[in-house]
Amino acid sequence: MIEQLFPNVDWEKMWEATLETLYMTAVATLFTFLIGLVLGILLFLTGPKGIYQNRISNLITAAFVNIFRSIPFIILIILLIPLTKFLLGSIRGPNAALPALIIGSAPFYGRMVQIALAEIDKGVIEAARSMGATTWTIIRKVLLPESMPALISGITVTAIALVGYTAMAGIIGAGGLGNLAYLDGFQRSRTDVTIVATILILIIVFAIQWIGDILVKRTDKR
Amino acid sequence: MIKLEQITKQFRLSNRSLTAVDAVDLEIREGEIFGIIGYSGAGKSTLIRMLNGLEKPTGGRVTVNGMEMSSISGADLRKARQKVSMIFQHFNLLWSRTVAENIAFPLEIAGVKKADREPRVRELIRLVGLEGREDAYPSELSGGQKQRVGIARALANEPDVLLCDEATSALDPETTDSILDLLTDINKRLNLTIVLITHEMHVIRKICHRVAVMEAGRVVEMGDVLQVFRSPQQPITKRFVSQVTETHDIKQAIGQLVRENPDGTLIRLGFVGERTGEPVLARLIRTFDIDVNILQANVSQTHGGTFGSIILNLAGDEAAVAKAVEFLHSEGVETEVIERD
Repeated sequence: MIEQLFPNVDWEKMWEATLETLYMTAVATLFTFLIGLVLGILLFLTGPKGIYQNRISNLITAAFVNIFRSIPFIILIILLIPLTKFLLGSIRGPNAALPALIIGSAPFYGRMVQIALAEIDKGVIEAARSMGATTWTIIRKVLLPESMPALISGITVTAIALVGYTAMAGIIGAGGLGNLAYLDGFQRSRTDVTIVATILILIIVFAIQWIGDILVKRTDKR
Repeated sequence: MIKLEQITKQFRLSNRSLTAVDAVDLEIREGEIFGIIGYSGAGKSTLIRMLNGLEKPTGGRVTVNGMEMSSISGADLRKARQKVSMIFQHFNLLWSRTVAENIAFPLEIAGVKKADREPRVRELIRLVGLEGREDAYPSELSGGQKQRVGIARALANEPDVLLCDEATSALDPETTDSILDLLTDINKRLNLTIVLITHEMHVIRKICHRVAVMEAGRVVEMGDVLQVFRSPQQPITKRFVSQVTETHDIKQAIGQLVRENPDGTLIRLGFVGERTGEPVLARLIRTFDIDVNILQANVSQTHGGTFGSIILNLAGDEAAVAKAVEFLHSEGVETEVIERD
């Protein structure tokens, strides 16, 4: 039955592509989370009314974030080819997509982190200061736990966007479901391959959303 | 214990500078409950934040327990803050932590080991009467319970001073009273100096020993609570005192009484402390040949003693009435003739 519906699908290749997509998404999400957190905390602390008000470092961070957030992903990939070659020695394979994926989405997530932190009740930060907390303690024990649900829902949205980006990264030969759908499906006019790849991408996206929702629910004690 | 010398705080706004606190001198004694009352914008909130260095004065000196809070910074300031704790109008609890974890937070900051934190947290929970709610999250608590967590958290590092920033303003009257009772109890048991700011005279009346009245950044009046209640000097103080002694209902009733008693002299007597018990009225009636009609009376309890007021209508021979008023004066009773208009 499945053979009849999707006569051209090579299931082994499809599975391999799925793993590649999952790998790219997972690694890129992890680094995006870490780098985005640093950027967001920096933006928050140095911003107006922040604990470490500092116009210059705030402007530099904001400029970095805005520039990399504004470049369309497809162009960013091309611009980053030299960097990727330098870092990994190759521009082929799932790893080759990572620099572009991370640099493209970390600034975006950084903004989300900044927004999440800005939502925290200022009184709670003041209370921690009144107890003699250091800035580092405030970051670890107030800012991060108090904004956790927003941080998680932000990384969920970002991870889903990353699934889409991995598909685009296919054009530089990064592999994954997007690459397969484009090369095997579109260019060789095998619509069934495109459809199966699309269904798998949808499943991945739904799974990410589902996990994200559960984690948000679990951390939100408000 | 706490000394403020010529404290001034100016904020620079975009086009002008705003003086929030203007040359305030204050001295707060060890173990007392000191109230600062004022309307919003009077500068009391800025003032109390200078006691733990959350705000730095632009002029003057703040000394708390020998520490000059206005000049220290960094690690010294953080260490000093552990001994000058604070509770807040909106409680400012971490919603991501349970009651017990919230109370443990200042202990974590102070570097207390986990094994030592647990018994201390249990003790604090008992002190504020929250047994059984250790594992509840703040969102599951009532306002009064949240403030109890706030108080327990503030007491965790055994502070010398407790600052209360409108600590009862978000609570209903009944809960307010229970929190005030708890503060009084803590003050007595731990000999803790408490500084509180409020806009409610009720709070001052109920628990404070001394009070400072703030208006436009200045302390315009200060003294023992009983004294301030008995003879408020400034118009703003009179307004605050009348919050407690003359509710809107009573004011209306007095207006009604004035209209209903067109003859005679209306006087208001103020009694303070032990005098409330003395039979001055009985002597007045026996000594003078006038008709005495009690129109209204009330009594209030302050931390330092009771005070009350009685409104009388004295009718009869004008000379006799004048003598009666004189007699009351000589007895040391605050006497005020209510003008008819």
